[in-house]
Amino acid sequence: MLLTALCLTLLVFYLTNLAPNLEKLAKTQGNFRMTDEEVTTYLANHGYAQPFLAKYGQWLGVLPGYVIIGHDGQTRAKCAPESGVIETAPRFCGILQGDWGQSSVIKKDVGTVIADKLALTGKLMFWVLVLMVPSALLIGVLAGMREGSRTDRTLSTISITTSATPEYVSGVLFIAVFASSAVGLKWFKGTATSAMDHATFENFFLPVLTIAAYGMGYIARMTRASMAEVMTSQYIRTARLKGVSFGNIVVKHALRNALIAPFTVIMLQFPWLLNGVVIVETLFNYKGFGWAMVLAASNNDIELLLGISVVSVIVVLLTQLISDIGYVYLNPRISVT
Amino acid sequence: MTDPLGWGGIIGQMMVQFAPTLTALIATFALSITYKRRLGLYGKLFDSTIGMIGLALVLFWVYTAFFAGVLDLIATHDPLDQSASMKKKLPGTPYSKLIGKADPEAGAYYILGGDNLGRDVFSRVIAGSIKVILIAPFATIFAFMVGVTLGLPAGYYGGKFDTVLSFIANLVMAFPVILLFYLLVTPEIVHTGIPVYMAAILFIFPVIFLTILWQSRYYTQPAKRNIYVGITLVIGLWLYLGIAWDADPLGLIRFPPNLLVVFVAVVFVNAPTVFRIVRGLVLDIKTRDYVAAAQTRGEGPWYIMLWEILPNARGPLLVDFCLRIGYTTILLGTLGFFGLGLESESADWGKMIIDGRKLLSANILHIAIPPALALLSLVLGLNFLADGLREESLRD
Repeated sequence: MLLTALCLTLLVFYLTNLAPNLEKLAKTQGNFRMTDEEVTTYLANHGYAQPFLAKYGQWLGVLPGYVIIGHDGQTRAKCAPESGVIETAPRFCGILQGDWGQSSVIKKDVGTVIADKLALTGKLMFWVLVLMVPSALLIGVLAGMREGSRTDRTLSTISITTSATPEYVSGVLFIAVFASSAVGLKWFKGTATSAMDHATFENFFLPVLTIAAYGMGYIARMTRASMAEVMTSQYIRTARLKGVSFGNIVVKHALRNALIAPFTVIMLQFPWLLNGVVIVETLFNYKGFGWAMVLAASNNDIELLLGISVVSVIVVLLTQLISDIGYVYLNPRISVT
Repeated sequence: MTDPLGWGGIIGQMMVQFAPTLTALIATFALSITYKRRLGLYGKLFDSTIGMIGLALVLFWVYTAFFAGVLDLIATHDPLDQSASMKKKLPGTPYSKLIGKADPEAGAYYILGGDNLGRDVFSRVIAGSIKVILIAPFATIFAFMVGVTLGLPAGYYGGKFDTVLSFIANLVMAFPVILLFYLLVTPEIVHTGIPVYMAAILFIFPVIFLTILWQSRYYTQPAKRNIYVGITLVIGLWLYLGIAWDADPLGLIRFPPNLLVVFVAVVFVNAPTVFRIVRGLVLDIKTRDYVAAAQTRGEGPWYIMLWEILPNARGPLLVDFCLRIGYTTILLGTLGFFGLGLESESADWGKMIIDGRKLLSANILHIAIPPALALLSLVLGLNFLADGLREESLRD
């Protein structure tokens, strides 16, 4: 897990530190009409011209931060703030020391930016899960309960449809139908910017629905498959023959075993949800984690981008871990010995 | 000045424009249903309603792209042609031009209205379909070639080779796709030549795959082997040089660098997932008796992988192939949505959707909705098709 995170950040670091990207960074930070020499001095002054692995080591915090006496006579150090005193600055400042660096677009500490944005996205994700998981499980259980019935076929078609609709399509359709006066149903707001401070049903439901709809279909299909399998098993038939009512069989006997597979699927959906978050936040102008990623990537904000990739990789790997642990907990046949 | 069309007129006009597609579609269905008992798995598809709907939607776009791209039918206007008097005009508005002369061969109406630059939405949706139909299936085939060529030995041999490849595959899959796109599909990266190197690595796999395929089957019949391998190598390497390195010795095959990045990025994202699926299937199938029988016969490992294991994994792979084309279409739309890897003018469904999104709050719906529905119907068709195939192949 640590190795994966290291490799990924190294990759991001390498790609963002390619010469043309650095040139773009220099021009957006300085000014757009810089000559080639000015770009070179700017990069040298700000420590970008060092060897690639040295920069990576400094970012990680295993090498001492640079102290460079620039061509303009001014001394700059990685560990000292823009106008701070260089002598008192610590030698090491990388993520190992808890210093995530400075964002060059937002002009703030990357740690605080990410914490803010994560809180906003966390709010979005929380409501997505609240909406998505119960309805997906419900659809899946209802469809898988009587395999091949009319309900099953209708619900399966619905879940295929929602899982085949990318967020940018469903989002646009939702806005067009529910938020514009052309159709007449002005039930919700088409942007979620105001939901960042105080979310209401009106301004927050559409983004939540858009993400939830995409993930829902897949989970529902998995639940259906696993439910259908459980319903054909021996112990369910025994229960039926003993005269247990159908409702009782579904709720008390089948459900627990049928929910093992969907649990793993829900956990493994997180990376995909993360993608959906980026699209939906852009679409609804909700300035959370995904929005910050787009901003950082389009401005080649190296340290913010690295911070974001570290966080998202940790999220992905953590959910994999949780799904493994949860699997053992839900399925008594597997034990950790 | 003609009157604008009503909704009935708009639908009528669209029917007229889509006439070649619809004719081809009906002909295909009539022929297929008549002979469905002799057509194997394809014919069985016509026993399932959902499979038929899926096939119809997919074929609709395939035929549309074919007629529009090859025969220059269907689209009424040049997708890039702007007309100042047609900006944001409603569907069914008669075509006019403020500056310059109107193209006499162009249609009389903007069937689905004009976009924010006064271009015909209908023609742009059609033009967008050509791009998707061209890229999505081929990118998926390439991803499958890479995934299969690496996944077969990884599952069959296991060991260190498997560990390393699985690690790399997991690495790519742990990456948020959009971040990867943002890092790979930028003009700056194109400048460094990284996409070309990636293309060079990824695109050699189909040639390797086919060469091993023929070699393992026909190495006992050198004459036949030489012909097949020779043809594969000549055509394969020719295409390879042209597509990946832009160094076709005959100068016939060229691939715009913009498109190459998009292609490479999409293949790169899909290949690890295919690898994982193939590897899992091989782990399952290699314990079967017919594999043991082939091993006892003394067949080579590649013969067993390609001619014993792979054909028996075709069901799940075919279903995944359909789903994956749909997913690739979604990815292409995502790229367009973030404005990555295209010229600013080009007709791309994702780009059109995000452009139209900005006008939704101004109650102009006709710019965003048509490309959104087009993309939706194609992806939905592929998903239904996959579902139909799965159902029918399970029934065997």
